[in-house]
Amino acid sequence: MEITQMGIAGTMESSDIMIRLEPKETEGIELNLSSSVMQQFGKQITRVIMDTLKELDVDKVTVTAVDKGALDCTVRARVSTAVHRAANDSNYRWRTKG
Amino acid sequence: MKQLRRSMLFVPGNNPGMIRDAHIYGSDSIMFDLEDSVAMAEKDAARFLVYNALTHLRYGKKELVVRINDLSSGLGIEDLEAIVRARPNVIRLPKTETAQDIIDCEAEIERIEREAGIPVGSTGMMAAIESAKGVLNAYDIARSSKRLIGIALGAEDYVTDLKTTRSDGTELFFARNMILNAARAAGIDAIDTVYSDVNNEEGFLKEVELIKKLGFDGKSVINPRQIPPLHKAFMPSEKDLIKARAIMNAIAQANARGSGVASLNGKMIDRPVVIRAERLLELAETADIIPIEEV
Repeated sequence: MEITQMGIAGTMESSDIMIRLEPKETEGIELNLSSSVMQQFGKQITRVIMDTLKELDVDKVTVTAVDKGALDCTVRARVSTAVHRAANDSNYRWRTKG
Repeated sequence: MKQLRRSMLFVPGNNPGMIRDAHIYGSDSIMFDLEDSVAMAEKDAARFLVYNALTHLRYGKKELVVRINDLSSGLGIEDLEAIVRARPNVIRLPKTETAQDIIDCEAEIERIEREAGIPVGSTGMMAAIESAKGVLNAYDIARSSKRLIGIALGAEDYVTDLKTTRSDGTELFFARNMILNAARAAGIDAIDTVYSDVNNEEGFLKEVELIKKLGFDGKSVINPRQIPPLHKAFMPSEKDLIKARAIMNAIAQANARGSGVASLNGKMIDRPVVIRAERLLELAETADIIPIEEV
């Protein structure tokens, strides 16, 4: 999906993560992550953000993420929401639980 | 074993902390909400959050229910597209007014089940009745689909429709009885409305006592604090359990004798007495109450 505008999802509440996506001129994903659990889970949060963007075919975006101890499924949900908002795309691709 | 629904805990669908912790409070069912507790601008976010929670978190053996937005809102179909694929036990349809509402919703669920390769019929349904029209159609609604596991009263919208407000329960007397009788006639569960004054424990207990006497299976709750007193009220007493066990023993002894007539303490045991004893013991067993010694 193509990021055409700013898209924000999530909150600064505990157990949540706020994701801000902005269009980027050049190829690649630029991620700026801050987290209350950076030492323990920084790599894991980064991995979930990158995997979710890849699943949604997003390869040109600037991501600002402020994590407040979100579970992986919350990270995935907030990134997905932000992507659809930033791409102005409501063609959701729901997968069946396996 | 029968699914207990003494407590069905509403969990706001856009609150990650509450979604994460929902299973620790001991409710019989967890009811993720995409409707009233979610702001219009956050409907997409809540849908993604509940979908991802259902597909990635494990809630043990808890019954998982999702309240979707009604189909006429323009949000309900997309809710179904996501949630049916996430495989909850039950989808709760709000603002049900006619049997056709259920039939229409069921058609969408069945379509999605087929598209997603999910066994057709495996997604349960529950209807919330929240208007005068819905109450008057309660029986037609209750028997409109084999997927229905229960019908529930949604009191806030209902009293507004009646042009009254919530008070001591007098205003809900007719609706509660209609919904209860409709559910029983259709062979499904009857779930009472929420008690929203969470700091009024005395009022809550009074309402719980009332709905238990009427025959409801349980109640929707919005605060985990309401769960323990609710379960306590629905728990059979030790005295009742001893009596129920004695009744079942007397029946077993009569059957062993080849007699169709059983008696206990000189009184003949009627069939309704046996049914009530069976239900009580089933409730105790399902609720994990320590089995009592046979008498």
